[in-house]
Amino acid sequence: MKETFSVKIIVAIGIGAAVFVILGRFAVIPTGIPNTNLETAYPFLALMSVIFGPVAGGLIGFIGHTIKDVTTYGAWWSWIVSSGLIGLVFGLAGRKINLEDGVFGKKEIIRFNIWQVLGNLFVWGGVAPLLDVLIYSEPANKVFLQGIVAALVNSVSVGVIGTLLMVAYAKTRTPKGSLSKRTK
Amino acid sequence: MSDQQLLGYTPNETVLHQLSGAAKLICFMLLSAIVMVGYDTRFLLFITLFAIFLFKISEIRWHQISFVVKFIAIFSVLNLITVYLFEPEYGVQLYGTRHVIWDGIGRYNLTQEQLFYEANLVLKYMATIPLALIFILTTNPSEFAASLNKIGVPYKISYSVSLALRYIPDVQESFHQIGYAQQARGLEMSSKGKLGARIKGTAGIVMPLIFSSLDRIDTITNAMELRRFGTRKNRTWYAEKKFRRMDHFAIFLVTAITLIGTWLFAVNEGRFYNPFE
Repeated sequence: MKETFSVKIIVAIGIGAAVFVILGRFAVIPTGIPNTNLETAYPFLALMSVIFGPVAGGLIGFIGHTIKDVTTYGAWWSWIVSSGLIGLVFGLAGRKINLEDGVFGKKEIIRFNIWQVLGNLFVWGGVAPLLDVLIYSEPANKVFLQGIVAALVNSVSVGVIGTLLMVAYAKTRTPKGSLSKRTK
Repeated sequence: MSDQQLLGYTPNETVLHQLSGAAKLICFMLLSAIVMVGYDTRFLLFITLFAIFLFKISEIRWHQISFVVKFIAIFSVLNLITVYLFEPEYGVQLYGTRHVIWDGIGRYNLTQEQLFYEANLVLKYMATIPLALIFILTTNPSEFAASLNKIGVPYKISYSVSLALRYIPDVQESFHQIGYAQQARGLEMSSKGKLGARIKGTAGIVMPLIFSSLDRIDTITNAMELRRFGTRKNRTWYAEKKFRRMDHFAIFLVTAITLIGTWLFAVNEGRFYNPFE
């Protein structure tokens, strides 16, 4: 998985974006607070980014979010760009994690979650509202509050559901060198 | 659950369907960019009327889009209310004058400037959304990938987009099938259930969906590698349409409109058209 655009990465971007659209559209869990949902699309994005790398993650987020927005309501570009960015961040956060070989222990879980929370705060609490102000000229305090709420909710979603997904995925993989020669 | 649909291409023979995907993509991007940054009311109004006109000639039926329109209407109203709740004087700040209509409670009063600013927001939604709907409903997905490649996106990424569009219906189908299977086993997914039960229910669909999709990635990768995908620097597209006079005309027209929009920034000395001065 080292080559940036191997066939596998291209397919992963395509299928990943398709799954992102469906999860974002149908698999959201309302928390009871209006407009605040536990998303399953972002935990899935985290899993894909860690497996296939930051470039794939960024493109899955960007393409997936664009298709989701355009096929439901108009494109909200500031948040689409942010989705791409968060995919990139997830990928970078998981750069040292070898999920393919089934390695996802306590150390990796803690490291990934610290980075993903920081990433979520930076992207949803910083970049997305800033773009909202610059592009759409909306009131700053409104978009920053929305952004902070989104950052917290997404951190929780990725922290809980994303971590569970990665643990489950790691279990399906065979660790390197798990076979040992039988002596007598 | 089945009443929540996704929008998709509907074949037809109107002028807009016949335009090449690349031309439509260029037009759509130019128009949405200028509408996104522009706040000139007259210009937004013009684009809205133009979009409605395009809607008429594209022969899109109301029932195809009614659920989206209702969804957008709710979303815009919520957005307008939050803007007001957070910054009831934002219009005053933007336009630099203050015409009070109603002296409200505390800081929540009503000014002409605020009303005007929020009306501009509504116009923005009304101008861009029909354009996106027209684009989605009149462009064949396979042709869309070819169009992306034509305007300069690397073909491998265009192919990813094409794969995504191709597999959305399949993934949606799997999602519903897994959902029915889990419901048959007694998992709670409706809004009647408690939050905890619903999280469990959703996880019961999401987990199998994700893992079956990862398998799907392997299958498709093998199929594409066996067909030697990606060995050349370029590729040709079966669904590509050649540019015709109509396409050149559409791009010319939209470029002209975009230039007018840009010129208005100079006329207004900024992004906002200010009738209060």
